Amino acid sequence: MKIDENDIIKVAKLARLDLTPDEKDEFSRQLSGIIEYVEKINELDTSSVEAADHIVELNNVVRKDIVEKSIDRDELKKIAPDFADGYIVVPKIIE
Amino acid sequence: MLYKKGFKELSELLSDRKISSGEIAESYIKRINETDKTINSYITFDEERLIKEAALSDTRRSEGKALSPFDGIPVAIKDNINTSGIKTTCASKILADFVPPFNAGAYEKLLEKGIIALGKTNLDEFAMGSSTENSFFGPVKNPYDTSRVPGGSSGGSAAAVSAFMAPVSLGSDTGGSIRQPAAFCGVTGIKPTYGRVSRYGLVAFASSLDQIGTFGRNVEDAAALLQMISGYDKRDSTSIDRDVEIDSSKITRSVKGLKIGVPSEYFQGINDEMKTMIEGKIKELEKSGAEIKPISLKYTEYAIPVYYLIATAEASSNLARYDGVRYGYRAQDLKDLSSLYVKSRSEGFGKEVKRRIILGTFSLSSGYYDAYYLKALKGRTLIINDFKNAFSQVDAIISPVTTTTAFKIGEMSNDPLQMYMSDILTISANLAGIPALSVPAGLDSNGLPIGIQIMGNHFEEQKILNIAAAVEDTCEEISPNI
Repeated sequence: MKIDENDIIKVAKLARLDLTPDEKDEFSRQLSGIIEYVEKINELDTSSVEAADHIVELNNVVRKDIVEKSIDRDELKKIAPDFADGYIVVPKIIE
Repeated sequence: MLYKKGFKELSELLSDRKISSGEIAESYIKRINETDKTINSYITFDEERLIKEAALSDTRRSEGKALSPFDGIPVAIKDNINTSGIKTTCASKILADFVPPFNAGAYEKLLEKGIIALGKTNLDEFAMGSSTENSFFGPVKNPYDTSRVPGGSSGGSAAAVSAFMAPVSLGSDTGGSIRQPAAFCGVTGIKPTYGRVSRYGLVAFASSLDQIGTFGRNVEDAAALLQMISGYDKRDSTSIDRDVEIDSSKITRSVKGLKIGVPSEYFQGINDEMKTMIEGKIKELEKSGAEIKPISLKYTEYAIPVYYLIATAEASSNLARYDGVRYGYRAQDLKDLSSLYVKSRSEGFGKEVKRRIILGTFSLSSGYYDAYYLKALKGRTLIINDFKNAFSQVDAIISPVTTTTAFKIGEMSNDPLQMYMSDILTISANLAGIPALSVPAGLDSNGLPIGIQIMGNHFEEQKILNIAAAVEDTCEEISPNI
């Protein structure tokens, strides 16, 4: 299928990205080409094929529900963009 | 010139007390300061920390408390592997100043052996690329020809080992990101079985495909480092609880009695000189007692569409965590929470990352999920079955790693589809989760390295290492003039 600029704007919104006019133009051209190319998979008959959910044998991993020490709040403070009174600060959410 | 020594060689010299860790550190500091201006393989290289860690190691050894025979050897770490207290940027603006408060499982295993992080190596942003041109910190140059790319995404790790700026290094391989740069830079690179090495603390790109692996200037060195990082880690739910099974001191270097498959699909469209060289090496293996068997991996041509649909879908989900809230880059002048997410992401991610997030979000979005993502998962099953069938007939598979030698910087950067298609020979191993490596075969007439790929069945790293060492024994040693 052909991807136009409106499709790109819609998908970018879902991905929380704001694209520049140049990016919108470039991506809609390039992604049309890429999508047309990956549609090659439609040649495959997968009517009796199961989806590959995992590639090596996996077992559920469970652990006891015990409280363990995690990363210190002081450590998190160091990597947070904005931190005050023990909390990460973000712009106002509710007026 | 200690920087020219290999990993195992350094370990022996240290154990015999012929050299100190401090001397190794000094040698690398000099070498990197001279050479990396040209190559750009390191994003973070901290001389002071290196000298301090080396001194601590020398004290341990003099007190008889060395943590292992490798205590005090510096190893380069790809900058998408978390190293506590050392910046881990993923070559992205969004993590340009991120200093992680924890260690990746694989790195932790190295620390337990007394290994020192030599520095953090350059990569395509979030490991998305095949040339290391998509780095916020500038491209890496190929040590054999600085007008060419080193391959990617682990281009910094491959170039550093190739140009004697590290004895060995860690990389990660989602679709060939270890094997392709190893081939382009003339070193050995191995991606183990999915689940063999912990992914805890490896910054996620495509979780069902990502795997940490190693680079070395010879098979044994790459194997020795892989052996160290392998093993179960309860913090990675896809980590496999079984013995390490890799022993670098027991590589047979023999192919006697082994059945080696040659898939016809992997020899189509590759450059003539490369084809001739690899076919020559296969003949030599036959003379050494291997049984060479033509095989078919008939779904190979579907690997790229399947891979790029699955990898980008997983990436779009994994990269949702970069929202400017808890860590990483945060945009300024925000009016509300939504603009915090959107502005931080839009300003923080580079173009290729955005392109892949968009593609992944598209294939997962309502109305397209069944036709693209689900269909790709079914295609993946067919590719897995292709290999199951092949390994019921042969012990290992031999092929080229790439269709060409290292390409020019800028040659493909405006054509993402062409760049994606250059991964055709490496991505299937990731889709099937099997171990695969690249070992140098020699140089072409332009003086550029050519690699050979050997793929094995799940958990049969040792077998492909044996074969790789046999290939290595038929080749002259190569190194760049830098």
